[in-house]
Amino acid sequence: MSEQAQKFKVTIDNITVEVDPGTTILQAARKIGGDVTPPAMCYYSKLEGSGGKCRTCLVEVCKGSEKDPRPMPKLMASCRTGVMDGMEVKNITSPRVLEARKGVVEMLLINHPLDCPVCDQAGECHLQDLSYEHGTEGTRYEFDRRTFEKEDIGDYISLHMTRCILCYRCVYTANQIADGDREHGVLERGDKAEISTLLGKNLKNDFIGNVIDVCPVGALTDKTFRFKNRVWFTKPMNAHRDCDNPKCCGKVRLWMRGDEVFRVTARKDEWGEVEDWICNECRFEKKETKDWVIEGPANISRHSVISQGHYVNTKKQPVLIDKVIGKEPRMLLDIHKVSDVNKPNVHLSEIKGPAHSDDFENKDK
Amino acid sequence: MKLLLEHAHVEGIRYYDAYRKNGGYRSVEKALKMTPEEIVEEVKASGLRGRGGAGFPTGLKWSFLAKPEGVPRHLVCNADESEPGTFKDRYLMEFIPHLLIEGLIVSSFALGSNMTYIYIRGEYAWIVDILEQAIEEAKANGWLGKNILGTGFDCEIYVQRGAGAYICGEETALLESLEGKRGNPRIKPPFPAVKGAWGRPTVVNNVETLAAVVPIINMGGEEYAKIGVGRSTGTKLISACGNINKPGVYEIDMTISVEEFIFSDEYCGGIPNGKRLKACIPGGSSVPIVPANLLLKTAKGETRYMNYESLSDGGFQTGTMMGSGGFIVMDEDQCVVRHTMTLAHFYNHESCGQCSPCREGTGWMYKILKNIESGKGKMSDIELLWDIQGKIEGNTICPLGDAAAWPVAAAIRHFRDEFEWHVNNPEESQKRNFGLAHYADPLPPVVEADA
Repeated sequence: MSEQAQKFKVTIDNITVEVDPGTTILQAARKIGGDVTPPAMCYYSKLEGSGGKCRTCLVEVCKGSEKDPRPMPKLMASCRTGVMDGMEVKNITSPRVLEARKGVVEMLLINHPLDCPVCDQAGECHLQDLSYEHGTEGTRYEFDRRTFEKEDIGDYISLHMTRCILCYRCVYTANQIADGDREHGVLERGDKAEISTLLGKNLKNDFIGNVIDVCPVGALTDKTFRFKNRVWFTKPMNAHRDCDNPKCCGKVRLWMRGDEVFRVTARKDEWGEVEDWICNECRFEKKETKDWVIEGPANISRHSVISQGHYVNTKKQPVLIDKVIGKEPRMLLDIHKVSDVNKPNVHLSEIKGPAHSDDFENKDK
Repeated sequence: MKLLLEHAHVEGIRYYDAYRKNGGYRSVEKALKMTPEEIVEEVKASGLRGRGGAGFPTGLKWSFLAKPEGVPRHLVCNADESEPGTFKDRYLMEFIPHLLIEGLIVSSFALGSNMTYIYIRGEYAWIVDILEQAIEEAKANGWLGKNILGTGFDCEIYVQRGAGAYICGEETALLESLEGKRGNPRIKPPFPAVKGAWGRPTVVNNVETLAAVVPIINMGGEEYAKIGVGRSTGTKLISACGNINKPGVYEIDMTISVEEFIFSDEYCGGIPNGKRLKACIPGGSSVPIVPANLLLKTAKGETRYMNYESLSDGGFQTGTMMGSGGFIVMDEDQCVVRHTMTLAHFYNHESCGQCSPCREGTGWMYKILKNIESGKGKMSDIELLWDIQGKIEGNTICPLGDAAAWPVAAAIRHFRDEFEWHVNNPEESQKRNFGLAHYADPLPPVVEADA
């Protein structure tokens, strides 16, 4: 079969996987899954040119390839480094990587306001996950944190620049998805750099709402959902509608409580990436159950705080302890063991229709 | 031995007539009769190394240039000279602009670039006029434009001004800026030799490197390689500044010792007011600072010479780097802590803010150094600084992170006593400097120096 393209063998943390040429190390690691996958705060597989900026996905390449076995002297950003045949990569088995990653997490957090208790992103924030998994307990930073003047970028999206980690994802989204080339970008430089719009203009494009979904932190949030609810009190349901916009897929995730739709987002895959882009109308205007055909509860990672209601469809991460020699993968805290917020014996997916606070009370009695 | 600045003081050398009379544009006449491959071979044989700081062999860089069919290639001259302490390119472009134009024509022919750009630092506003005038003169005399010297080779040179960012001296940030975008460094690979300006194969070279192509063609690569020592061939422009009697740009042939360079009357002319040498940064602000004892002698007790190998002898533990040749001399009155703080502020100000360790780490280092300098420092701050610089170095997209980390690392490595003195004597440190202390003392035996 000459048509079959040649496959590259890559070994990441002693686990070998076969991938197509042109795959990045990060994508190969995602194929393995679990703890072997480096975290990615800026890389987004659906946005061209993203990645390489946050430096959390640094890995050590200890063997370049079969042909050229020299190791790479510097740690490489796995999201932008292509694999070679016979490449050997160390992620969590390399102390150098863990040390560097700890440094990056600390750097990302020194100017982050850590206002999680009032931040709408809490519960689905990538920076929370990152600092939980790779960060240290305290900070050594003793100075005032950076703040910005607030900027209004329209009726739908709230920009909270102090929380931004400058991943540039929203800039790429605005340029590539929302057709807002160079309207939404970065001003200034260094630690004064900020996301802004051209001359403080409001963002009006039909697809600009997607910047909320790509934002890994709470810098861009949905104004129609602001302070309405915590994400872990709402139940994510897959739903769809026939959207008039030809570019919109109409497949969304509704975040509901009872019969109330609190928020509409695009569907996200297990890496927190949007599966298909949705338009502003679907996201911001259709907030009633009658607008939607509800398909059922969405898949939520077992380790997410959102899954505290015990969904049947939750996915378990593969356990790789046997394979990753020398280093036991550190798993996330199992939220089900510590959470008293919901009753663990209530299975949300067994309740007819979307969950409501009454359901919990009835079960208790 | 002077190759680049030989005629720098001839009256009117800035203009075409005087330049041509002094042997200008001979190399173009010679080079255009050769094939491009032969020119690249000459440059390879000369052993010329990039003069912008990294010291990468130029001929090798040229041979990496991809040459796909039907895709234009570009040569870009990096004149974004913003490193504190470095002003050699400015001197060259201001006084003998035709030397750069001549080098550019030869190099463009060798690389097959019909559109060549000079990306010049925005603050060098008046030099833009000088260069554009030189280009006009060259064009009027048939050295530029269509069908140069009847060979069928077309070449145009454009001058593009930067907008005041140090980071645009990094080659990929320079290309982004040249394209009219925000000057953020690109992630490599792909390297510019494959995908550079507008996605086309591009070579980016420093002003001095391109000017050095002229003598290489005139005298032949092998003759050029005989000047200098070892892999440091040819001549190097050094811009000397700081506490010396005669600051300025000097052309050296890389065989003289550092001591001779600082103290001889031919070059820097010693340190004014009878002061003693305390420290020196021999290659522009981003290379490690070394104390007097390690500057004049290597850790092994050998004399240190002004060339790539000798300056970097001992690695970062006891050596430093040739860098871009910004030679900053500090006498006993200078405060290393204050100096390091100034540099940290510079890198904090100039970080592009793209990748996290550099964006956040440079500001953090500056704030800590400011505390130490103003007498509010703690002993643990020194350890913290050491840790932060280690987490920036090597973990960033472009070398600016390294450039910000190295000066801090070197200052702590060699001048820890001075930092500790600042912490222990917060009031006294506001009134007087630490002074020369033991930094010029004879070196301890090799074993101890290594420890």
